[in-house]
Amino acid sequence: MQDPTSRSDSDQGRVEVKETTCYMCACRCGIRVTLRDGEIRHIEGNPDHPLNKGAICAKGSSGIMKQYSPARLTKPLLRKQGAERGSSEFEEISWEHAFELIEGRLSKIRAEDPKKFALFTGRDQMQALTGMFAKQFGTPNYSAHGGFCSVNMAAGMIYTIGGSFWEFGGPDLDRAKLFIMIGTAEDHHSNPLKIALADFKRRGGRFISINPIRTGYSAIADEWVPIKPGTDGALIMAITHELIKQGLYDRDFLIKYTNSAELVVDDASRDDHGLFRRFEMHIEEGCFDPENKLWWDIELDREISTHTPGVDPRLLGSYTLEDGTKVKPAFQLLKDRVEEYTPEWAAHITGIPADTIRRLAHEMGVVARDQKIELPIQWTDSWGNDHDSVIGNPVAFHSMRGLAAHSNGFQSIRALAILMTLLGTIDRPGGFRHKAPFPRPIPPCPKPPKGPEAVQPNTPLDGMPLGWPSKPDDLFVDEDGEAVRLDKAFSWEYPLSVHGLMHNAITNAWRGDPYKIDTMLLFMANMAWNSSMNTENVRKMLTDKDENGEYKIPFLIVADAFQSETVAFADLVLPDTTYLERHDAMSMLDRPISEFDGPVDSVRIPVVPPRGDCKPFQEVLIELGSRLGLPAFVKEDGSRKFRDYPDFVVNYETSPGSGIGFLAGWRGKGGEKFLKGDPNPRQWEMYKENGCVYHYELPKSYQYMRNWNRGYLEWARAHSMTRYAEPITIHLYSEVLQRFRLAAQGKWPGRIPPERLRKRVEENFDPLPFYSAPLEHKLVDTHTYPLNALTQRPMAMYHSWDSQNAWLRQIHTHNYLFVNPRTAEASGFGDGDWIWVESPINKVRCMARFSEAVEPGTVWTWNAIGKAAGSWGLSPKANESQKGFLLNHVISEELPPCEAGDHMSNSDPVTGQAAWFDVRVRIYPAEANEPEVTSPQFKPQKKLPGQDPKRGKWQAFVAGAFRKKAKIQE
Amino acid sequence: MTQLALVIDLNVCVGCHACVTSCKEWNTSGWAGPLTDQRPYDADPTGVFFNRVQTYEAGVFPNTETYHFPKSCLHCEDPPCVPVCPTGASYKREDNGVVLVDYDKCIGCKYCSWACPYGVREFDEQQKVMKKCTLCIDRITDMSLPESERKPACVLACPTRARIYGDIHDPDSDVSVAIREQGGYPLQPEWGTKPSNHYLPRRKTRIQIHEDELVRVDNPLKKEALPTLPEAGETLDDVAW
Amino acid sequence: MHPAFSVIFLTTLIGVGQGLFLALYTGQLYALANLLPAQSSNFYAVGSMVSLVLLFAGLIASFFHLGHPERAWRAATQWRTSWLSREVLALPAAMGLIFLYGTVHFFDLTKPLFVISGTLPVDFSLIIGGLGTLAVFGLFLCTAMIYASLRFIKAWYSPLTVANFLFLGIGSGFMLAAAFSAYQGTSLVSFYGTWAVIATLFGLLTRVATLYRNSQFRCKVDLKSAVGVHHSQLEQKAQGFMGGSFNTREFFHGRSQGLLNLIRYAFLLMVFVVPVILILLAYALESETLPLLAFGIQYLGLILERYHFFTEAQHPQNLYYQSMA
Ligand SMILES: Nc1nc2c(c(=O)[nH]1)N[C@H]1C(S)=C(S)[C@@H](COP(=O)(O)OP(=O)(O)OC[C@H]3O[C@@H](n4cnc5c(=O)[nH]c(N)nc54)[C@H](O)[C@@H]3O)O[C@H]1N2
Ligand SMILES: Nc1nc2c(c(=O)[nH]1)N[C@H]1C(S)=C(S)[C@@H](COP(=O)(O)OP(=O)(O)OC[C@H]3O[C@@H](n4cnc5c(=O)[nH]c(N)nc54)[C@H](O)[C@@H]3O)O[C@H]1N2
Ligand code: SF4
Ligand code: SF4
Ligand code: SF4
Ligand code: SF4
Ligand code: SF4
Ligand SMILES: [Mo]
Repeated sequence: MQDPTSRSDSDQGRVEVKETTCYMCACRCGIRVTLRDGEIRHIEGNPDHPLNKGAICAKGSSGIMKQYSPARLTKPLLRKQGAERGSSEFEEISWEHAFELIEGRLSKIRAEDPKKFALFTGRDQMQALTGMFAKQFGTPNYSAHGGFCSVNMAAGMIYTIGGSFWEFGGPDLDRAKLFIMIGTAEDHHSNPLKIALADFKRRGGRFISINPIRTGYSAIADEWVPIKPGTDGALIMAITHELIKQGLYDRDFLIKYTNSAELVVDDASRDDHGLFRRFEMHIEEGCFDPENKLWWDIELDREISTHTPGVDPRLLGSYTLEDGTKVKPAFQLLKDRVEEYTPEWAAHITGIPADTIRRLAHEMGVVARDQKIELPIQWTDSWGNDHDSVIGNPVAFHSMRGLAAHSNGFQSIRALAILMTLLGTIDRPGGFRHKAPFPRPIPPCPKPPKGPEAVQPNTPLDGMPLGWPSKPDDLFVDEDGEAVRLDKAFSWEYPLSVHGLMHNAITNAWRGDPYKIDTMLLFMANMAWNSSMNTENVRKMLTDKDENGEYKIPFLIVADAFQSETVAFADLVLPDTTYLERHDAMSMLDRPISEFDGPVDSVRIPVVPPRGDCKPFQEVLIELGSRLGLPAFVKEDGSRKFRDYPDFVVNYETSPGSGIGFLAGWRGKGGEKFLKGDPNPRQWEMYKENGCVYHYELPKSYQYMRNWNRGYLEWARAHSMTRYAEPITIHLYSEVLQRFRLAAQGKWPGRIPPERLRKRVEENFDPLPFYSAPLEHKLVDTHTYPLNALTQRPMAMYHSWDSQNAWLRQIHTHNYLFVNPRTAEASGFGDGDWIWVESPINKVRCMARFSEAVEPGTVWTWNAIGKAAGSWGLSPKANESQKGFLLNHVISEELPPCEAGDHMSNSDPVTGQAAWFDVRVRIYPAEANEPEVTSPQFKPQKKLPGQDPKRGKWQAFVAGAFRKKAKIQE
Repeated sequence: MTQLALVIDLNVCVGCHACVTSCKEWNTSGWAGPLTDQRPYDADPTGVFFNRVQTYEAGVFPNTETYHFPKSCLHCEDPPCVPVCPTGASYKREDNGVVLVDYDKCIGCKYCSWACPYGVREFDEQQKVMKKCTLCIDRITDMSLPESERKPACVLACPTRARIYGDIHDPDSDVSVAIREQGGYPLQPEWGTKPSNHYLPRRKTRIQIHEDELVRVDNPLKKEALPTLPEAGETLDDVAW
Repeated sequence: MHPAFSVIFLTTLIGVGQGLFLALYTGQLYALANLLPAQSSNFYAVGSMVSLVLLFAGLIASFFHLGHPERAWRAATQWRTSWLSREVLALPAAMGLIFLYGTVHFFDLTKPLFVISGTLPVDFSLIIGGLGTLAVFGLFLCTAMIYASLRFIKAWYSPLTVANFLFLGIGSGFMLAAAFSAYQGTSLVSFYGTWAVIATLFGLLTRVATLYRNSQFRCKVDLKSAVGVHHSQLEQKAQGFMGGSFNTREFFHGRSQGLLNLIRYAFLLMVFVVPVILILLAYALESETLPLLAFGIQYLGLILERYHFFTEAQHPQNLYYQSMA
């Protein structure tokens, strides 16, 4: 054998190195792809990329196996005439034929009733384009994964501090001293969080994880606080109780930057009860919070307008204004609220000892107060005060779906945002930091349409398909107060469903509630499997027919890159490219990869040619937009405006001459501008030269305190990132919520909720956070179903995507249900036994594995490892389908019938966030004579035309030689 | 003499498996490749990996610790796998201490794997030769790469930087410093194989809160305190002269 | 360890072959000393052929163990350090000498070359037989040391392993010699039979001692040392893959304890008890077929014994492959 030291890899073939952006998950790390003789040699992290700094994860490193996977679709497919939907009987068709079919169908729908076309997209990063397409088409029935993902996180925090975790902001672990992570397994910011967490630990920071399960990140926590699922609200409010009781809050911060000291009308008999007492002032119609409120001046012992220089207001007490109005500072209301939320009370609910709760509170409060960071950075606040330094209270939090995916998540997350606020950690060093374009006004300006009249034939939608209601009148309802959207988003059922409720789209369309639709286009969403709840039944709905023998959902188009479970149910399949084959823009108009220090956006540039007849879905939309004559895609004369997607990205402007387009970097004729500027014909080249990323680093003085940083806010307005440069005061007390509550109480002059929803709205639109058990826990018999069942993200798999990946599937070939040995003992089974997991709606058979790292009231499994037989290019005997299982079968998409309605979504009543983690189950051993396969099983899916023929028993990947050997047809 | 090795920091390893697949990816097309997979899309897929990440639990709920534990060849200083090899295919490099297999010499007798107590050698069932971690020898010695990239694939990939690479015989190297200062330990030291790879243990940070820290003069609650008068009633002022 | 049938056949077949050769040579020596009637050249020649065939069969079996048998010659190069390499040298050496031994007898090249002390006529067969004996003992040592030198595998790492290979090889070889004699109708049946019984009983002693030893000790390392986490309750949850790997296939037998117990009793009976009884019976009944039966049963027993030998071996690497999730 050749001596390895005399061998250079670059001598083994023709080598090229190309930079692009990873999309083995939504984290979007920068990667370098090395090709040998045109085949991918290896993919590594781009060391110059601001996000991942050279790191790459298990998925990112396995991109090769995605590229050459036998699950890849390569041909447009049409369901065979006469074949039943779901039977995987397809014929190959040409793209032209496919376009004609869609065009014919959609142009008719658009001319008659655009809302009969529904476009839902999964975990994609193209909402800038897909959302724009839907709006141009004129349908309100558009949303992406947000509603079933973590909208509670976005809404709960953005409605409170104007920014959020998830993809909008995060913990500043570079400077934090104490880090509390709540309900996070893997996160969106996968690599950056790992990098930061490890550095934080190495520096000696203290890391506490609050999670029913100890795996992954929690494994390296200094302290694990196991909590009963769905009870974090109680814990957080008990901590808040203790902090207020001990005076461990940042008073100065609360007064200056939050509405804590602002006076709220406290007189239940009045119609403005619970609203801030405002004095007359010209109020600009829009989305900012006018500064026309009052403080109670300690010195003068009377009301005074807020932010009056030199005034120290009261946070506590109860006062009567000159005009006789009874008021309380918002902070007093919060104190009143948490009065009953003692650590002892919470201990009972959360399973965490009261002493631990108190200690946690003390650790947070004392570190925030006593280990302050002071950075010598000069800045000016919105009220014109100059500051010589930026102060940080180094307690950082992070949280994801452990809080979000519960039906009480919105209020728990509000509670968390308030806790962070009490500690004075918002957009400060060592605390929470925003990422551009956040912070945004509370709530942000875009609004959904206001009523059915917004949907008109052959006309773009009047309003944004998704937006941020700030009062009942912003809801998207008809005159009866009922939903206009298919998913019932922005109706009184889920008023602040700012990301839609994709998880109810199929069920509602099947039931024809609120109406029947014609065509549903699913892009990058595996709705017949892991992104639906109640999956077994949803699969039935997809093939269910009405009295006339027509499918209840008449036409289903699926745009996917792989042979997913959903593809089997399509009438028309559009084969997408992979991330290595297409142009993509991770736009500032969607969720860019901004850093704490400034806006960042990024692109993908193809590194290999598309396989077979794959076509980037973006190109499909541009083609369709042009064919349908959607205004944004055609010129005055109706002719096609954009050559292709790259051309679109360069030249599209949100409105003619706005200077705002998909990409923020190198705008202006010669690339001299950023964020805003004329189209630059060389924009793609400039991104390419820069590793496919644009990073604007804000001046230091604009990097902190951005809610109230005059310099930053004016900069943001000048660059069209925000509409106003007004301070974004933290809504410790949410007047927005109170408006909806008043409507439910009949005290609001505008829209009021339908009778059946009044109580629900009144209860849940509490301007202050409160704890209440998750809806499902209240509606099902928790004695019969004593356990909580959870899923977690495995770090080496992305949702359902990766079972087709020969390397990754060896790590997670199938999944077990993890059970605390004591729980298992009580149920009478042993480690490795076959068991049933049963919820009120369905049951699954699977294998159990003991674990001491799970709270005894909880059982859990890895998410989306289980697959339907024959899908994903796998043999029907593959472990994924025979030993793997999908928990989704037992999770209901609807609540049991209740006062609010018979078909309420199993979601947060405020935001419509899917309550995945509320599900209650019981577990018991399978009978000895039952087969040792998971249940339910489905008829094996067939291979599709255009998919690779069966791969051999052996596979040995060597770049530059593989394709030929594996007989992959290009 | 140089002895190259990895030091793996269990204090920060989150078990992400990045080192597992980045290793596979680099090596399958490299000097030591391919890393064959069997039944890649069928039941019980299995294949050659040079590095695996395992999970262990210690203790009983709620006092449970979870450990992620990556394991590849430890490049023992006194590697028992080498002298037993009848063909000389297994060898330890003089220049840097890396233990390698020469596939052209290997007869696939598997004896070396029997002699390794760590379970890190993997037989390629298709190519019928023994394979193992090469410490990415074809990367770390490739002078056409910039120095920052002359590191094992797994080290470059690791998001938590839990994998440190260097010469454990150089007392000033990162690895030596880490072993020395953070209590780096070898696996199964009882055998005297002197593994070059070391592991760094879990460390804990605690905060001690003193009671006086909770009651302080600058407690903001004091600012809110309204001047409260004591209960009305007799005082000395009323009764004493 | 996972029992490898190629190795089971290799070690048992060459064991018998070696034992048989030793039996032949012992017979010759006894005859020389006039303690036994001299045998025809044919007896030695055919006997050597049988021995050779057995060794050859073992060699063939061993090739099935190799991934690249075409390169097997390379295995001769590392005799300085590797017992396996030494075996690879000792086996052909022994085979060659046995072949020569047979040839010498076949062609009756047994004219004394010289006479020692006036009583001991030395011929080619005596010299070659002597060298052959050395080679055979060397081969026993090499074969056994392949296992006995692996210090991590406690069950094998013992002189008892060498003793077992030796006694069981000799025992089975003499047993075959007895059967062979019976078959040839010579008068050596009881001689070989007696020595077979003696060797077998020695084998019983060392094998039982091995079983006892293996039931007593605990591995020097445990999971704590393997992972370096010194916690009294440490348990593996995931081994990093789920479809199996070389590490789970090569080092685990995957058999139930019940089956192993059964195999243990079976081999104890078949190797030690039944053949001895049969030989004694053959002695009493002067049967010609019983020795053959005794050998047959003992050989089958040896296959079970070797199977058990592998399953007894607990490899420390197994600590890392306990649980899958
Ligand atoms: N590798 C990989 N990375 C991914 C993904 C993937 O599939 N694979 N998916 C991406 C997507 S779309 C998303 S949305 C993110 C999600 O990122 P995460 O939110 O980190 O992902 P989940 O696995 O849903 O983690 C939920 C965590 O909350 C815990 N939990 C559940 N209920 C409760 C509770 O009531 N209280 C508390 N305190 N904890 C609770 C669970 O135990 C689990 O650890 O990950 C993204 N990143
Ligand atoms: N039980 C349970 N269920 C859950 C969750 C949970 O925690 N527990 N998490 C939920 C969350 S947060 C999310 S975000 C969803 C995710 O749910 P989805 O986004 O619906 O599901 P994915 O599995 O990500 O797959 C979407 C589809 O995208 C396809 N795809 C991959 N790459 C490409 C591409 O480049 N182009 C195209 N066109 N298609 C591609 C895949 O083949 C797959 O069919 O799952 C939800 N489901
Ligand atoms: S975290 Fe996501 S984007 Fe980053 S390397 Fe891994 S798969 Fe790719
Ligand atoms: S870990 Fe095993 S294979 Fe690696 S050098 Fe040591 S004994 Fe040899
Ligand atoms: S398998 Fe190969 S490397 Fe291992 S001992 Fe045998 S010949 Fe040597
Ligand atoms: S050093 Fe190289 S070969 Fe060894 S585990 Fe790391 S990546 Fe794999
Ligand atoms: S890449 Fe790093 S953090 Fe991830 S499993 Fe490997 S050593 Fe641990
Ligand atoms: Mo998600």
